[in-house]
Amino acid sequence: MPVTGEEIQLILNVIRDTQAVEIDCDVCLMQVGEFAEDRLAGKPIAEGLKAIEQHLLICPECREEFEALCEAMNALENPES
Amino acid sequence: MVRDRDNDEWIKSLQAEGPIRESALSDLRELLFVGLKSALKSRSDFIDPMLDDFLQDSLIRILEALDQFQNRSRFVTWATAIAIRVALTQLRKRQWRDVSLETLVADTNFEPEAASDELAPDRRELVEAMYHVINTQLTEKQRIVLLAEIKGMAQEEIAAQLGCSRNALYKLSHDARFRLKQELVLVGFDSKSFAAAFNG
Ligand SMILES: [Zn+2]
Repeated sequence: MPVTGEEIQLILNVIRDTQAVEIDCDVCLMQVGEFAEDRLAGKPIAEGLKAIEQHLLICPECREEFEALCEAMNALENPES
Repeated sequence: MVRDRDNDEWIKSLQAEGPIRESALSDLRELLFVGLKSALKSRSDFIDPMLDDFLQDSLIRILEALDQFQNRSRFVTWATAIAIRVALTQLRKRQWRDVSLETLVADTNFEPEAASDELAPDRRELVEAMYHVINTQLTEKQRIVLLAEIKGMAQEEIAAQLGCSRNALYKLSHDARFRLKQELVLVGFDSKSFAAAFNG
């Protein structure tokens, strides 16, 4: 099977966002809560959390977990909805 | 009635013994229950009866990781992130356990002609250069990891089938991406050129 056009674009996207120094998924997990709280509060991304933002761009699994965390936080804030 | 606590109280209660700890664990379990149920609702492979196992495993992981909590978010936010990692890792494992990495890779080839129909004509050069680097500059393992990841295969499963740790896998993936980027930049492509090879 050939690689699809969509998949080629996926590779190009991660290449674009790849940096020489990156954090891994375990470091991301420890700090993604702070990142999510800031995002939900509408705060700009703090300098110390830029590495999290970059990791979420290149790691689909952590991105899925971040989106799930935002859902969870909304449910915890508004338990009756 | 579930009681939230401030961060210090959560940590102290969970490190205590007897009824204080029991009550904190039970409240945390309730909060994680609400959070996880909502967090997992978009996964079609999630069914409610799985929650008990997820919560049990999550509480163990959270207690093990307590000394890594840096007090930079609410405790419950941090704990929920761990519970989501635990639950999604298990769901992804189930999803990918019957897929062989070997077959996935054998069935796919990085051939320049492959997607040329959909390619914007001015981007053919970029994609051909990318294939060239993938086929000539990456190691076999780097190529496998790059391919498996764009196919969406779970990282845990890729690592298991390659017989390496998650950390080693991350390094392979990073080295592949970084090498690819460096080589493409060397031959004159920049970040802007990676943005939209396909006009859609
Ligand atoms: Zn990650």
